[in-house]
Amino acid sequence: MSTTQNRINDFVLKIATVNGTGSASANGLLMKALFRMGVPVTGKNLFPSNIQGLPTWYEVRANHQGYMSRCSRVDVMVAMNAQTYQKDLAEVSPGGFLVYDATWPRERDLNRHDITVFGVPLSKMCNENFEVARVRILMKNVMYVGVLAALLDLDLEVIKQLLQETFSSKPKLIDANLKAIMLGYEYAQKHFTCPLPIRAETMGDNTGNILITGNEAIGLGCLYAGATVGAWYPITPSTGVMDAFTSYCERFRVDPETGDRNYMIIQAEDELAAAGMVIGANWVGARAFTPTSGPGISLMSEFIGFAYYAEIPSVFINVQRVGPSTGMPTRTQQSDTMMCAYASHGDTRHPLLFPSNPHECFDMAVRAFDLAERLQTPVFLLSDLDIGMNDWMVPELDWDDAYRPDRGKVLRPDDLAEMDRFIRYLDTDGDGIPHRTLPGDDPKGAYFTRGSGHNKYGGYTEDSDEYQEILDRLLVKWDTAKTLVPDAILSPSSKKTKLGILAYGSSDGAVIEARDRLAELGIHVNYLRIRAFPFSAEVHEFLEAHDTIYVVEQNRDAQMKALLMLEANDIADRLVSILHYNGMPIPSECVVTGVSRHQGLEVAA
Amino acid sequence: MTYLARPKIELPGQKTNAIGLTLRDYEGALSTLCAGCGHDSITAALVQALWEMSLRPEMLIKMSGIGCSSKTPAYFVHGAHGFNSVHGRMPSVATGALAANRDLVGLGVSGDGDSLSIGFGQFGHVIRRNVNMLYLIENNGVYGLTKGQFSASADAGSTSKKGEVNQMQNINAVATAISMGASFVGRGFSGDREQLVPLIKSAIAHPGCAVLDVISPCVTFNDHEGSTKSYAYTREHKLRATEADLIPPRAEIRASYYAGDTYPVRLHDGSTILLKKADPDYDPTRRNNALGYLERHRRHGEIVTGVLYIDQNVPDMHEQSRSTEAPLRDLPFETLSPGRDALAELQKGMK
Repeated sequence: MSTTQNRINDFVLKIATVNGTGSASANGLLMKALFRMGVPVTGKNLFPSNIQGLPTWYEVRANHQGYMSRCSRVDVMVAMNAQTYQKDLAEVSPGGFLVYDATWPRERDLNRHDITVFGVPLSKMCNENFEVARVRILMKNVMYVGVLAALLDLDLEVIKQLLQETFSSKPKLIDANLKAIMLGYEYAQKHFTCPLPIRAETMGDNTGNILITGNEAIGLGCLYAGATVGAWYPITPSTGVMDAFTSYCERFRVDPETGDRNYMIIQAEDELAAAGMVIGANWVGARAFTPTSGPGISLMSEFIGFAYYAEIPSVFINVQRVGPSTGMPTRTQQSDTMMCAYASHGDTRHPLLFPSNPHECFDMAVRAFDLAERLQTPVFLLSDLDIGMNDWMVPELDWDDAYRPDRGKVLRPDDLAEMDRFIRYLDTDGDGIPHRTLPGDDPKGAYFTRGSGHNKYGGYTEDSDEYQEILDRLLVKWDTAKTLVPDAILSPSSKKTKLGILAYGSSDGAVIEARDRLAELGIHVNYLRIRAFPFSAEVHEFLEAHDTIYVVEQNRDAQMKALLMLEANDIADRLVSILHYNGMPIPSECVVTGVSRHQGLEVAA
Repeated sequence: MTYLARPKIELPGQKTNAIGLTLRDYEGALSTLCAGCGHDSITAALVQALWEMSLRPEMLIKMSGIGCSSKTPAYFVHGAHGFNSVHGRMPSVATGALAANRDLVGLGVSGDGDSLSIGFGQFGHVIRRNVNMLYLIENNGVYGLTKGQFSASADAGSTSKKGEVNQMQNINAVATAISMGASFVGRGFSGDREQLVPLIKSAIAHPGCAVLDVISPCVTFNDHEGSTKSYAYTREHKLRATEADLIPPRAEIRASYYAGDTYPVRLHDGSTILLKKADPDYDPTRRNNALGYLERHRRHGEIVTGVLYIDQNVPDMHEQSRSTEAPLRDLPFETLSPGRDALAELQKGMK
């Protein structure tokens, strides 16, 4: 696609800065300005595992059709980092634009003739207009917002309003920020032809939508689900979950008079302890969770198997990052799918939930607690860095005040009073789920929780039949889980087709966009988005109804495909993997190319 | 090994405690440990102590890890929930359980392998958080279930049953606990129930993490000549620094308690730990005094017992967290979930 023609509300803006220079607020301002102009917008933060000094990028995609996935095009680059200038320059799509700080001369060979380059003396203007060194650094970032406002025709009134709201408690900052914005804006107006053919235009006000990260949404979901104990060990990229939970608890769960807290957050000594705390708290009857990432799940695995076998509800939130090992902590992947499905030694399997955006993160966080308590087992919420740490535009979150937690089969003293004898691991209902009691309630409900071989009474056993009875019942429970987990969502093609795509989690946006592109090429595909493991009936129906099924996922080893092959019969020759695992969020081009190539079409990326 | 229910025999005239329960009500399944195992004596002391304290069985949670010691929670208070967790991780499960319900009485039983090797990290951090519980280490210096390897508490120079000499320094549970800031540290001996029962009662009454290291000889793998954790060695080298007694809240505190080397430690719930210095040199309220004393006697191969350190005013986990008085797990859902309107209001800031 040429970038010289007029393109309204359809562009990718990329800002290259240095970690720790305060560019986040400037970038947030750009995002919100577009959002308030009613333009569908997403922001992706591409950052290093570092506190200060390394290169960082922020990508804003504005798209009037509402496509949310990453797009590998760059229409406008703001190159604020001399260290990466050469690479940033090279990345601009032909016909695109680049803005740089012209305070210091560029090397002559760093130029391109197929793009337009705008030099703005940002540092010079900051030094002339602001006194304090730190302010100069910060205002340089805000100033490029002004330049972009002129080039992209952003609504200045919206930007001013945003500044007022952001700094309502610090009016001095409003003036400084506004001054910097106007300096950039006026410079661009004076020296360049504004606006560019690529630009924004007000298309509504995005009523009914919000901007939120997946981590915030999960923290909020845990709050609304009534979780009272959160135990964790800090790890990128999941830290935001506990940060969010903490701040929401401080807002909603503190007695204003006494300061008493209706929650406890425990920063554990490691992930092993965090898992133990979550299991201990759930055993006693509180809703407890832990947010972590892949390395944390590895450490928690012994306890996860314990909770599976001893049948203790627990919620594990895995905001996935790039593995193996320490991998790339600030990059995204879906590479813990297989590990979480079967985490721990022995025969174990666990329900997994796959949210595809922050809206679903909120809903599924609540659902994870209900499922964990209903099934008395560990439940995993598998988010990833892309969903968790990036800014997503999603429909407003909704809450039903009639909701009450599903605490599952818990016998309290009144229930016990009517029983002759309580038997902990007895399947009285045929669904594989036994009843449990809570410590502190009644001696009649006392039992011994153990990870060693046990019989249905909870007693220690090395008897083959007694042992196997429990293990087989756990499979009955697994079948029950299939009927309780969130169903898969079908998006049928407008044309009848035998081609299908299966995807999950953050690959959703890329698949949605790719299907439209593929349809333009004459390739029509039905799409089923898997939202949980074990697979519900729709997944098996979809597998049976298609001749070729593309399985899109963000890992090297086709982990979801492997899970499907383990769970369904005779599908191996019909599954085709489309894999993306370089650590960046999956772009739609990956899916378009993968499918069209397999269909015998070569498509220009 | 099997799970054996202890036959319950009601004896007429059996003594009952303040809540009408007999000693038998505090017993559990029959022990499957070796005959003469020190751990069984500790179990008996626990039964006695809990009965004397008139603890409601359902309010007790019996937590353990893995190992011989960790089996014992099945052998006392059958009316309490038990939790036999994974190796070395009892403290974290207990922490979570007591976070969820602060009214429960936490009793963790661990061993020297469970606490000083695989679980050394969690041992340190449960102390640091001052989780309100009794943390009892049944310390025999040896791995029993895997047949006689040295544990981290085995003394340098002591020998295994096969005659192998331990070359490494030992990890001293009480000195470690004191130096890490434990609010209550004591040591007892499974062969001295007269001392152990009041020690257990004091440790349970203490409002914080009470570490009780109990030397508990392994009759099968570590009760020979050359062992420093045998019955014979412990009896011979045991030294009482203090003696403790727990006085319930409503009991009268007599003036004589303040006399000489005896003094009372008042707890928040109104009960009192009455401490008597067996050795006038000992001061269990000063950390450096306690550590210096322990070190002096360690050099002579002596095993110092009693309440070794106490500070009843260290805030426990719930005080540190400012959590509400009511158990978190009992809070009504309505007080936890802010509701639809609050969500709408919150989201105004996300636009």
